[in-house]
Amino acid sequence: MEDMNQPSKYVIETRGLNIFYGDFQAVKDISLQFERNRITAIIGPSGCGKSTVLRAFNRMNDFVPSAHATGEVLYHDQNINHPSVDAVQLRRLIGMVFQKPNPFPKSIYDNIAWGAKMNGFRGNTDDLVEETLRQAALWNEVKDNLKKSALALSGGQQQRLCIARALAVRPEIILMDEPCSALDPIATLKIEDLMRELSQNYTIIIVTHNMQQAARASDYTSFFTMDTDRAGIMVEYNETSLIFTKPKDQRTEDYITGRFG
Amino acid sequence: MENTARITEKRTATAWKKPVSYNLQKKTRPTEAIIQAFLLFCGVVSILTTLGIVLELGKEAWLFFGDPEISVISFLTGTEWQPKIGKFGVLPLLNSTLITSVIAIVVALPLGIATAMFLSEYASPKMRSILKPILEVLAGVPTVVYGYFALTFMTPLLRGIFGSQNVDVYNMASAGLVMGIMILPLISSMSEDALSAVPRSLREAAYGLGATRLETALQVVLPAALSGIIAAFIIGVSRAVGETMIVAIAAGSGPNFTFNPFNAAETMTGYIARISGGDLSYNTPDYNSIFAIGLLLFLITFGLNILSRAISRRFREVYE
Repeated sequence: MEDMNQPSKYVIETRGLNIFYGDFQAVKDISLQFERNRITAIIGPSGCGKSTVLRAFNRMNDFVPSAHATGEVLYHDQNINHPSVDAVQLRRLIGMVFQKPNPFPKSIYDNIAWGAKMNGFRGNTDDLVEETLRQAALWNEVKDNLKKSALALSGGQQQRLCIARALAVRPEIILMDEPCSALDPIATLKIEDLMRELSQNYTIIIVTHNMQQAARASDYTSFFTMDTDRAGIMVEYNETSLIFTKPKDQRTEDYITGRFG
Repeated sequence: MENTARITEKRTATAWKKPVSYNLQKKTRPTEAIIQAFLLFCGVVSILTTLGIVLELGKEAWLFFGDPEISVISFLTGTEWQPKIGKFGVLPLLNSTLITSVIAIVVALPLGIATAMFLSEYASPKMRSILKPILEVLAGVPTVVYGYFALTFMTPLLRGIFGSQNVDVYNMASAGLVMGIMILPLISSMSEDALSAVPRSLREAAYGLGATRLETALQVVLPAALSGIIAAFIIGVSRAVGETMIVAIAAGSGPNFTFNPFNAAETMTGYIARISGGDLSYNTPDYNSIFAIGLLLFLITFGLNILSRAISRRFREVYE
């Protein structure tokens, strides 16, 4: 049993995780540990199953009818792939930010309040909205327009709103699925600064296409690629600085030097 | 020079040689023009048909209101429809049209939205592939069949439940309920389109925050699809207001001014159908009155259509 006063160093851990879409094996035998209050990046070429693995951590693959997983994803000593695990409760603890900003077609205020209220928040909503918007470095830009539709914001602002919305439900882990791929470089840097800020209180796992982003913003990096069956495999996992300076595997080196992918 | 030569050589090596012309003078392309003209013609025909119907309705209604004993006010506010003694108050007909339509909508809207929600948010692809065709069959049943279904199934059922002394043989409730079944597929399929059009990313956003399926469906997907659902609702209402066969068969044929749905009362469309089948001479007020009613019906459905367009435009761009 885990001692709550001395939480384990790893907040989430996969052991021999395989994910299938129908008969097609999308990822093969992934074993990874994610350290608490650190930013871990998953990089790799398109189609190597990075997002699939990320979406396994909060069971978002449940909504893909053909998807199923074997192996273990351990979170607080429970295998979340087990049928007895309540995926709704799991997603309240593990938040997610998606590739394309997807705010609700509601006001900025309601975007944040909705999820929090659903998660049982009964305090002062005004304070919560201000606090999370400040955490997401968006407050100063929107404080006079909280009743405005979230869709009127720019892409970068929308994405920070989506981060604020995820923070408002007080998750332990934030999964980010290529959160900057639809954003311009300035908005991207803002999100990266924000991630650094948030990592003091949250564990962040980010999937990214952008190697510079992984190099700049993450503490650990895991490199994925495809094997000959086009299934995603994990090649190398290490501290980010080591992955980018002294990769152990030739495939990693080829990828980060731009010879592949 | 050397390069050009090589490219030319390559070209001649293939079997096909592209005819090169640098004449940029505008060309006439007859097929394009003919097809374009044909498409324009089709569009114009449908517009002219509509205009023709409006003109014909208007002309005959003008004759009707031109009668010195009939005024627009008395037509719209009169509570008695007795053409034999020159009383042309449309309220009894309008009233039963509204009552049957309200009953139909009360049946079809909740059921239709619930069906749509089930199909779009809950049903597995296999389930959907079974249910959708069944609903479409419901939409394809001729309304005359629905009419006799109301008369020979729904009415006895209502009389069995509420007592035959309370429920007339011809009554608005039975016609309205069956009309609700008739427009159910329309509302459910249009609502389902609206719900399915809500981007997956919005559902994922909700699920990602720990929302259940029901919370996602009711609080995120449904509001985002609202404009489409309102449009479905209004088209359903127009369909109910304009429906003829069911009410002609099952609602009764006396223009009674009653609010009791278990009574027989003729609707506007029912009256038009009955009169046009009889042997009335042209240009009598009786005959012309059906055009006045037709015009009123047209104005109601036209108004509803404009309303539905205005609403969908207002709520459009809610997402993305």
